[in-house]
Amino acid sequence: MLKLSLHTLFILFLSLQMFSQSFKLDSTQTYGKRSLKFEEANIVSSYYQQDGNHSAITGGIGTEKLTDVANVIDFKLSYNNGKGKKYYFGGDIGIDYYTSASSDKIDTQVSSASSSDVRVYPSLNYSVENEKTGFVKGGTLAFSNEYDYFSVGGGYHITKTSRNKNTEFGARANIFLDTYRQIVASEFRANLPSRQQRKGEIGNAPRNTFDLSMTLSQIISKKFQMALTFDLSYQNGLLSTPFHRVYMNDGSLLRENLPDKRFKIPVGVRANYFLGEKMIIRSFYRYYMDDWGMKAHTFQMELPYKISSFYSITPFYRFHTQTAIDYFAPKEKNVAGSTYYSSDFDLSGFDSHFYGLGVRYTPFKIIAGLFAVSQLELRGGLYNRTDGLNAAMVSLHVQCKGF
Amino acid sequence: MRISKMHFKNTTFFVLLLFVLSSCSSSRSIDQVYINDGEMILSVRKIEKSEVSFQLYREGASGATGGKSSGGCGCN
Repeated sequence: MLKLSLHTLFILFLSLQMFSQSFKLDSTQTYGKRSLKFEEANIVSSYYQQDGNHSAITGGIGTEKLTDVANVIDFKLSYNNGKGKKYYFGGDIGIDYYTSASSDKIDTQVSSASSSDVRVYPSLNYSVENEKTGFVKGGTLAFSNEYDYFSVGGGYHITKTSRNKNTEFGARANIFLDTYRQIVASEFRANLPSRQQRKGEIGNAPRNTFDLSMTLSQIISKKFQMALTFDLSYQNGLLSTPFHRVYMNDGSLLRENLPDKRFKIPVGVRANYFLGEKMIIRSFYRYYMDDWGMKAHTFQMELPYKISSFYSITPFYRFHTQTAIDYFAPKEKNVAGSTYYSSDFDLSGFDSHFYGLGVRYTPFKIIAGLFAVSQLELRGGLYNRTDGLNAAMVSLHVQCKGF
Repeated sequence: MRISKMHFKNTTFFVLLLFVLSSCSSSRSIDQVYINDGEMILSVRKIEKSEVSFQLYREGASGATGGKSSGGCGCN
């Protein structure tokens, strides 16, 4: 089925390329002086909250109440060497503060306010663009740290743009080497050495992720462009969560146990079309499958509408449906004696709906002759999952550009 | 096996033919104002960054969004 779908998509994409108009941009190359330029900086702040009644920490039943405040700042500089090469340097840092009522239930012996933690995730990136050949190569280094989880990642990417700039191929490889500080629920601490009992820590475990992503983008006409993305992702190490409880069908209580390998194949298509002079249709479809037995379809559509040259509004809707992994069952439905088992409803079969509205303002207001505030955007949405999980989210984006 | 070989040959021929034919199309200058509009970007926009993160954690399926697929626990 997947083979057929991929084949069909590939042929469809090439057919569109064939019938697409070919546009030649001004081919006169003018290489400027050596210069260091501030390209842009972005600040994205968001607030997220959710509630439900299927927490994996308490075995698939119990509150999933969680709030998260996230702030990410990034910047990008460029250096033109005056000989047709442009170097880009960028960095970002994200800080999340979250509270989770279910995390407070890892240890049922100690009563406290909702458990909270801070996650910090900085990254650096670098790329070189050859303006003659349209070839870009670059790398990324990323870190993430929270109380029980540390991640270090690196990536390499290349992009090749066709001479007429209508076709672009990009490939990206990423590796994440994560370390999980394993904390077990209070019921599993009785046999631990006394100094480990209070925190329930049983040592570190690795979780590694290897991603390869390829994207082919094509301008079909002056108002229509598409991109096809094909990813391969392989994970190994500890893929279960040590403090997730599972109540088996014989009444016994166990720690979640999942295979130590997972292979994922997501394939996505984006198509954006400028309808008339004021409206854009942004669409995205993804098919996903993995070797744990999950299959999923995701479809998203946004309709940005330009009220004036400065303001636009964007209603959006996203639908997602997935099947459960082979090892999922609700509380007391996992069969005793099974090798792998989980009651994590994130891995169950469900449909989800995410819908909302964004408002965008593009003033290009110059501040002190240094940079311009080029964009302000506010976006909010509601998320409903058919298993009863509900969430709400609001984000604010401020973009500044050099000139 | 013979069928799949034949199928592969036919597919390869068709793909090559498409490339050859597509390269024959005429070139002309156009206005790029629509394609270069900020809303026409063929990837996840900055403001969607946190949305993609929570969807990554709350749903078993992930990827093909151009973002990273690990780097945080999201296990609460």
